[in-house]
Amino acid sequence: MIPSAFDYEAPATVAEALTLLADDSREVKVLAGGQSLLPVLKLRMADPELVVSLQQIDELRGVRMEDQTLVIGAMTRHADVAREPLIGAHAPLLARAAAEIADPQVRHRGTIGGAVVHADPASDMPATLCALEAQMQVVGPSGQRTVPAAEFFEDFFTTVVEEDELLTAIRVPSYDDWGIGYEKFTRVAQQWPIVSVAAMVRLEGGSIAEARVALGNMDTVPVRAAGVEAALSGAAPTQEAVAAACASAAEGTNPTEDLNGDATYRRHLATVLARRAVLAAVADAGA
Amino acid sequence: MASRTITLTVDGVSYTDDVEPRLLLVQYLREVLGKTGTLVGCDTTNCGACTVLVDGESIKSCTMLAVEADGHEVTTIEGLATDGQLHPLQKAFNECHALQCGFCTSGMIMQSVSLLAENSRPTDQEVREGLEGNLCRCTGYQNIVAAVQQAAGEGAAR
Amino acid sequence: MTVTEEHAPEIGKARARKEDARLITGRSRYTDNMVLPGMLHLAMVRSPLARARITSIDTSAARSAPGVVRVLTGKDLTGEQGSMPNAWPVTEDQKAPPHPAVAEETVNFAGEIVAVVIARSPAAARDAVELVDVDYEPLTPVVDLATAARDEELIYPELGTNHSATWVFDSAEAGTGGDIKEAISAAEIVVERTFRQQRLIPAFMEPRSTVVDPTGEQLTVWSATQIPHILRVMLALTLGIPESKLRVIAPDVGGGFGGKLQVTPEEVITVLAARHTGKPCKYTETRSETMVGAHHGRDQIQTLRISAKADGTVTGLDVHLVANMGAYLGLITSGIPILGAFMYNGIYKFPAYRFECTNVFTNQVWTDAYRGAGRPEATFAIERMMDELATELGMDPIEVREKNWIQHDEFPFATVSSLEYDSGNYEAATAKALELFGYDELRAEQTRRRESGDVVQLGIGVSTFTEMCGLAPSRVLGALSYAAGGWEHAQVRVLPTGKVEVVTGVSPHGQGHVTSWSQIVADRLGVAFEDVEVLHGDTQVSQRGLDTYGSRSLAVGGMAVVAAADKVIEKAKVVAAHLLEAATDDIEFSGGQFTVRGTDQGVGFGDVAFAVFAAHDLPDGFEPSLDSDATYDPENFSFPHGTHLAAMEVDTETGQVRVRKYVCVDDVGNVINPMIVDGQVHGGLAQGIAQALFEEAVYDDSGTLLTGSFTEYLVPSAPDLPSFTTDRTVTPSTTNALGVKGVGEAGTIASTPAIVNGVLDAIRQFGVSDVEMPCSPSRVWHAIQAARVGSGAGTGHTGTGGEEARR
Repeated sequence: MIPSAFDYEAPATVAEALTLLADDSREVKVLAGGQSLLPVLKLRMADPELVVSLQQIDELRGVRMEDQTLVIGAMTRHADVAREPLIGAHAPLLARAAAEIADPQVRHRGTIGGAVVHADPASDMPATLCALEAQMQVVGPSGQRTVPAAEFFEDFFTTVVEEDELLTAIRVPSYDDWGIGYEKFTRVAQQWPIVSVAAMVRLEGGSIAEARVALGNMDTVPVRAAGVEAALSGAAPTQEAVAAACASAAEGTNPTEDLNGDATYRRHLATVLARRAVLAAVADAGA
Repeated sequence: MASRTITLTVDGVSYTDDVEPRLLLVQYLREVLGKTGTLVGCDTTNCGACTVLVDGESIKSCTMLAVEADGHEVTTIEGLATDGQLHPLQKAFNECHALQCGFCTSGMIMQSVSLLAENSRPTDQEVREGLEGNLCRCTGYQNIVAAVQQAAGEGAAR
Repeated sequence: MTVTEEHAPEIGKARARKEDARLITGRSRYTDNMVLPGMLHLAMVRSPLARARITSIDTSAARSAPGVVRVLTGKDLTGEQGSMPNAWPVTEDQKAPPHPAVAEETVNFAGEIVAVVIARSPAAARDAVELVDVDYEPLTPVVDLATAARDEELIYPELGTNHSATWVFDSAEAGTGGDIKEAISAAEIVVERTFRQQRLIPAFMEPRSTVVDPTGEQLTVWSATQIPHILRVMLALTLGIPESKLRVIAPDVGGGFGGKLQVTPEEVITVLAARHTGKPCKYTETRSETMVGAHHGRDQIQTLRISAKADGTVTGLDVHLVANMGAYLGLITSGIPILGAFMYNGIYKFPAYRFECTNVFTNQVWTDAYRGAGRPEATFAIERMMDELATELGMDPIEVREKNWIQHDEFPFATVSSLEYDSGNYEAATAKALELFGYDELRAEQTRRRESGDVVQLGIGVSTFTEMCGLAPSRVLGALSYAAGGWEHAQVRVLPTGKVEVVTGVSPHGQGHVTSWSQIVADRLGVAFEDVEVLHGDTQVSQRGLDTYGSRSLAVGGMAVVAAADKVIEKAKVVAAHLLEAATDDIEFSGGQFTVRGTDQGVGFGDVAFAVFAAHDLPDGFEPSLDSDATYDPENFSFPHGTHLAAMEVDTETGQVRVRKYVCVDDVGNVINPMIVDGQVHGGLAQGIAQALFEEAVYDDSGTLLTGSFTEYLVPSAPDLPSFTTDRTVTPSTTNALGVKGVGEAGTIASTPAIVNGVLDAIRQFGVSDVEMPCSPSRVWHAIQAARVGSGAGTGHTGTGGEEARR
């Protein structure tokens, strides 16, 4: 319950933060809401010498539209993502998934950037941002780069963000005419999902024109169900067609085994939840 | 490790203290200010017993550093009653028998304050979901839901 | 002196609790809130290994760390720390290893304490824990209960076995019933089943905490305990401290559920630390430490055989238990499964019964009391068996129960397990529950869903239960070799102004005794509810007591209060007679007024109290005090009962289970405060449902607890539970004058089998015959899959139970 001792800095700008991160003489952890980091520190599963809080950096907060693209500051809190009208209008899947994260207290404190860089494959944001084909804006000593969500997550709790880099913003294209569905399967409300599915569909002329389906906790990183998406493209928005398309949802996944279920069960769940999420998205799209 | 000076308002009173960066907000409240009404039930951000308001919104004070509260306004269970008048939620928790051992109660009430601030007339299901970050082992939650609804009916969110 | 208005009865009123005022405003006094001048803080070094020999401990770096005052190891405390007490040697040849508070030679579960850091701040103590260097020689851990029972690897070679004791009850030998072998050989049907009572963690919300002040004339111990009085005796016996030099205080205690019915190593260590340093010392555990170091509950393998006639009449019950003690015998570890022995016959008239339990050691934290303690296990098993019997015979589960239960006109009833049930009305409770539930409509919906092949199938779970409460008649405890009695003490003190202090020997930690006792005394003495102060939990104030557990507080402790109040009245009548110039025999007392029979002459309780205080004009020889003590030893247990019905929805695609509707009708006898009674039932239901669906303490093969926090150990929060429909029938206990029975454990005991029976009722149609607890979605789904794929004999055991969990 008592972390190891550390020094603490709360820089006011990204530039100052990067200077602090560049100090490789000390083990540094970035504090971006702390809803995953502080439990780790309290259990002494990490003992950094310096904690750099991004709380004072105003430029990392807030949501704006830039050319039909939502730009969400990394330090935007989950509660704000969930209730921000711009996000509700242009990327409702993101708002919906943000509202499902952990509990209200955590959503009042935790940030989208913090959750994304923590990269827990079971958490809500990674799979959702993959479905949304978000672009991650990363800044470091050598300047800024933009990484597609699909390439951003490398492994359990590991992303492309280097130790001297910061995730500054997440860019999400507009999905104004899409229907959404989000399925989060847990045994109790507090639990991390055993499997989650984020889905979006766009209907055109009475059939599914495009679909996005991403799975959470089915591998060490979030997984796009590409086969399902392809099968849905052009399909009729019916129970049968969606079920047939989603039967392959678990293909190519490598889910973990734990107290909540073995891989067989998780693969099965993925197909059921994918179907339910897509059908919800179809209904939401107005079919 | 260097200590930091923080200035914050807790239950309407301004405090300035030197604290170790690793000190959790809940430890600051309990050990430095003696505000032991806020309690610690776990070390993994599950139980919600330590819930307080920071700038009017609920957070788990075991999952925030005291240094992060610098410049902010904290409200604990001890600052909820005004002029000796119980907050409608405090009154409702008593009248509805929404507590037994009382250990989750501070956090449960503070989360309920935040819940009603965001949704002044919730459904029972919305109350339950709004309290998902707070564990109670005594009540089975039924009377807690009733208490929140009673307070909502009395306009607790105003 | 004339009579004033009648006092409206307090008993039966839904009084808001007196206790709440401070708890809802943050003025709580939990042990960890305590700060004393110069107080030192403890942190524990705990073994990461489940079984090992300690080869060396280097404390030098920790001792020289900033703020550290002392570091103690088991070797430092040898000869001083004694062995942790076990108060229930269930057999004369019960085997048990010594249990030092700080391990001396070996560790036997992961989480066992091997060293103690004492420092000037909690942070300094915690930091120095990292600096204690312990070398272990690993030994083979024995984690699995069935493996341990086979004695292949002996945890304590000096004991020669992993078996602690085997305890048997046989109705033929006891003369309470027939011979089970004969019953089975003559049976028209025999059903045998094995159930697993998974290991549970009590998960009280307040982590345990102890503060010890050695600076006064008495050593003062504040502790988050259910049992301040027992703790005092046991600390004295364990540490050789004169009991008169010990004062134990249980201040606000944040829940217990049996989990704080213990004398803990941490309490002993904090006392020793205070003695070594001469300073007040505090130890507060983290939740992670609670999970690994505080005792767990349940953990039994139950094999039952039930014999019956083809019409469903049960002719005999044979029970074999293997009970997991864990690594040591805690305060009443060994007796927990034995408490269940008397309850396997439930509400039924079984003519023959045999029970055999083998207590077995494993390398896990020890088990001990958890809400219900032995009785939930028994109730689960028999209520599951009654459903199995109904299934085998094609009968409705209610019908098979009706055929076997004790009829209301058969009370008092001597049971096959040697108890005498004083009262009950199972027909009435069941009829009311069925009506509230809408049993017939739900059965019709169940049929519709089956016929239409709905993804969500409906099941109806039945549980008709009774339990033995009001622990306990001292002579019965003596016969069971328990070390103490089961009486309770109370004192009623009358203050000069007519206000009353009630001292009770029970020790509430959420049950609302202050409120309920105030209601009882208000009625008994005719004083205002507000004028009664209830004092408890401090051995200096409450000088005698046996504390709170086993749904005993009201049926035993409440009766002691009644007895003490009645003595006050008897004394006051003498004074009233003197003041009214009448004969004592002519004085009547009602509603706070003493009156002369047949006249309107009277005097109020407050006037008598002041007259006694002044003592100016009292009868000759009258001792000027109305204060009275009483110690009440019950003549029998009390037997709450009830009928619980659960409508369970099972999503057959995912295995997800949902409680659609839950109805219970409990008969807890007379009710002092209906709001408190309902609250006890709600909380009990939540815990029983959590056993059925969510909670399980799981160790891996090396003895590491995998469910070591609330992230993995799934305590339900508000959205995980339904709103319950609770109601009551009232069949007063005939054992005590209050007619009360106890309610603390009823919901927990009854609900678990109702839920599991409901889950199975939904999916038996696919050929599933069992799902192990907790009925997680993956277990339910696998059970359905196995049944569909296999020959129709699917169960939730193979590949979906403990085996899967331990992969």
